[in-house]
Amino acid sequence: MQWETVIGLEVHVQLATQSKIFSGASTAFGAEANTQASAVDLGLPGVLPVLNENAVAMAVQFGLAINAQIPEISVFERKNYFYPDLPKGYQTSQMAQPIIGPGEVEITLEDGSTKRIRIHHAHLEEDAGKSLHEDYHGMTGIDLNRSGTPLLEIVSEPDLRSAKEASAYIKAIHAIVTYLGISDGNMAEGSMRCDVNVSVRPKGQETYGTRAEIKNVNSFRFAERAIAFEVERQIDLIEDGGKVIQETRLFDPDLDETRSMRTKEEANDYRYFPCPDLLPLMLDEAYVEHQRTTLPELPAEKRQRFQHELGLSAYDADFLSSSRPLAEYFERVKDVAGDAKLAANWVQGDLMARLNKDSLDITESPVSADQLGGLLLRLKDETINGKAAKQVFADLWERKGESADEIIDAKGLKQVTDTGAIEAMIDQVIADNPVQVTQYREAEEDKRGKMIGFFVGQAMKASRGTANPQQVNALLKQKLDALL
Amino acid sequence: MHDLTLAELARGLASGDYSSRELTTALLARIDHLDPQLNSFITVTHERALADADAADQARQNGQAGILAGVPIAYKDIYCTEGVRTSCGSKMLDNFAAPYDATVVEKLKLAGTVCLGKTNMDEFAMGSSNENSFYGPVKNPWDTRLVPGGSSGGSAAAVAAGLAPAALGTDTGGSIRQPAAFCGITGLKPTYGRVSRYGMIAYASSLDQGGPMARTAEDCALLLNAMAGHDPRDSTSVSRVVPDYTHDLEKPLTGLKIGLPKEYFGDGLDSGVEQAVREAIKVYESLGAQVIDVSLPHTDLAVPAYYVIAPAEASSNLSRYDGVRFGHRCKDPVDLIDMYKRTRAEGFGDEVKRRILIGTHTLSEGFFDAYYRKAQQVRRLIRQDFLDAFEKVDVLMGPAAPTTAFELGAKADPVQMYLQDIYTIAINLAGIPGISVPAGFAGQHPTERRPVGLQILAPHFAESHLLNVAHVYQQATDWHQRRPELDV
Repeated sequence: MQWETVIGLEVHVQLATQSKIFSGASTAFGAEANTQASAVDLGLPGVLPVLNENAVAMAVQFGLAINAQIPEISVFERKNYFYPDLPKGYQTSQMAQPIIGPGEVEITLEDGSTKRIRIHHAHLEEDAGKSLHEDYHGMTGIDLNRSGTPLLEIVSEPDLRSAKEASAYIKAIHAIVTYLGISDGNMAEGSMRCDVNVSVRPKGQETYGTRAEIKNVNSFRFAERAIAFEVERQIDLIEDGGKVIQETRLFDPDLDETRSMRTKEEANDYRYFPCPDLLPLMLDEAYVEHQRTTLPELPAEKRQRFQHELGLSAYDADFLSSSRPLAEYFERVKDVAGDAKLAANWVQGDLMARLNKDSLDITESPVSADQLGGLLLRLKDETINGKAAKQVFADLWERKGESADEIIDAKGLKQVTDTGAIEAMIDQVIADNPVQVTQYREAEEDKRGKMIGFFVGQAMKASRGTANPQQVNALLKQKLDALL
Repeated sequence: MHDLTLAELARGLASGDYSSRELTTALLARIDHLDPQLNSFITVTHERALADADAADQARQNGQAGILAGVPIAYKDIYCTEGVRTSCGSKMLDNFAAPYDATVVEKLKLAGTVCLGKTNMDEFAMGSSNENSFYGPVKNPWDTRLVPGGSSGGSAAAVAAGLAPAALGTDTGGSIRQPAAFCGITGLKPTYGRVSRYGMIAYASSLDQGGPMARTAEDCALLLNAMAGHDPRDSTSVSRVVPDYTHDLEKPLTGLKIGLPKEYFGDGLDSGVEQAVREAIKVYESLGAQVIDVSLPHTDLAVPAYYVIAPAEASSNLSRYDGVRFGHRCKDPVDLIDMYKRTRAEGFGDEVKRRILIGTHTLSEGFFDAYYRKAQQVRRLIRQDFLDAFEKVDVLMGPAAPTTAFELGAKADPVQMYLQDIYTIAINLAGIPGISVPAGFAGQHPTERRPVGLQILAPHFAESHLLNVAHVYQQATDWHQRRPELDV
């Protein structure tokens, strides 16, 4: 039987506010346990929440970025359950009336085509603390630093049909939130976490199969692996005559599998009700329009512009718009060099290769966009040739000079285009290599093309790479052929 | 000195008749002497009181004393007070010293008041008799066989007994007004949102409101001046100018339109209480007021709606008492669930458990619409009843409670106890302000005369008018000057 996979994602994005969603405590990552938990975060008797306006602004910016409806009224509710790292015994979240209504996100698939994924809604909520199970001799430690950190939970419709699509979707969300600057998008530090709802159904069937929810999926790669495992598990189960049960499963990245956490019967009744400590949130049109004025150009718009105005390929446009720092880097290189395609090639090629080799992020590149742009400008105006350009790039990387021009001057890499000087070098090469000249002369017509490479190499070497290779090639052919 | 009102004490302090230290020392001695028979205090803060008094005296010497400087008051033990046990009348918080001051505590401290201590209360403010306290019941100073009312019973008893000229209470369904009535003092529940709830331990957040309990309306006005106002730490506190609540106290009541809700004079009302209330209304007529019969048609739904909404909020508000971070924790738990179960089983009293169970049930999947949502709809109808009535009249009047103070242990059935609040609960659901003022006594025998409270209600944020109406009555009567006889 042909099976179709149906996936819906809940992505929790940690918002980059300075302070927590309902208290003034700092949200900085990595502080000593419980040093960033105020009386409110500890859930002490008598404390009350006060909504962080920046978290609201960030949520609205996200809503605008996905062309979502932004309701005038949204309501915070309490999700009640007991857990040691949940200080109040409830999580303040949104349920029936979330801050962001239906919207859509465009994802780019591997073949360069795009697909629209509907967003059901996005809501604001507070994060819980962390339970620490090590080093406490049979007891559990609680760190409430993370407690009250603002999260935007983005819930998709079940529009994704493969692990690859799911991964592309997470990347698209990542790009949007980092473009907006509303999250650092740092998955390793838990700034983006996913719950994945997966089901399978026979191809052509309209109704959805029973879904399993996979928790703890914290990277693009994990999402793909978790889904791949889960899809296979469900198909095997059904094909063996079994039934998928609605349950929550946990992804274990070490074993590369999902395990059952709890079934529907064991699920909590969260007893949601409107939080009486927080009034309904009212957002008027003026507020929403003001937020719209703060929006930067978003990934989808950038991709369109790169492709249609700069003439980049769909693949290049998608890659270069995938993160805001990368796009900004590329655009700066392009502006300085005055050549979009050249800039795209270098950023994607040499720069990315070097960054990946050293495990650096674009923001950590030792070569600035201005430096790379300056280098490409010299390549474009033929001051240097391609080979010298690579050398200049390597030197910039090693910080051996402030600019391409400085390195070109210091190392004498300026391309030699003076015909007289090149001719002199070529005459010398011909004089120094009589054996090869004889072989050339005696070779078949169609072999000579290849053999000329030797002389070009020698001539370039003699010029320490500064001779214009096209010129060398043409002059050599002319002179050698004259000897025939 | 213990017979004087807050206003009189403030004047005495201002004119140098006595220092705050002298006054505070005298009251502390009176508390030490009399409170063992009343049990109105959970914690007496001797040292802090004297330190506060000295600071107030110093401020006065420096010419920096405000009107309330050096005046001693007590706090219901629901208000967080930094470094002082804040138990909320519960074993759960017996070991909890709050690390911060509630906003109103902070404000009153800033005004120079002296903290005498923390008063007894029904556990987590759940009760109408003060019998639900981990620290034992409070006795009514008029007759120690009687309850003082609840849940702010300790505050009411302390003021009635002259242990403190004033005390703060909180009112979720009548917890200031009913004990004020039972103890013959004046108690004001302000409009919801008028006084910050930050640091006031939550029972039912959408209903809880703190307010003053004192001998007179004037005293309540002085305290409300210091307590009221927007608090950036409480999103439900209202950003609205705080008037001087003493400004309009003396305004004549000529032409005042008083509404008498017929539902507040029906079955279940004690005849002695009714008689006293009707006498009080006659006094108002003699002061130039006009009496109009009105109806609050949804009154009978107030108690049922309250006992859905308040327990629902409470079940969630009280989830934080889990033994993890503060308060009681059971001994040697074998695992997490065991710790939760035994901690909460040991830490909470029966009434608290009952309301947590009710609230958990009404919020459960499948019951939410039938209970919680319906109760919220009823709440809107009740609020509308009041808004409609205030189209026709300026204030509403009636009894604060259907009976006078009853004997300890007399109401073992929780539903009988809940019906104590039939005249007060709707006011919390509507969010309007209400005050209970002493309006005489009721009882068959002269030896069994028990205080009656007249309840006066006004539209949202009309506290100035409410206090004016109460004050003018107190200028014309002397019920508020009567004091219980205590064995000294």
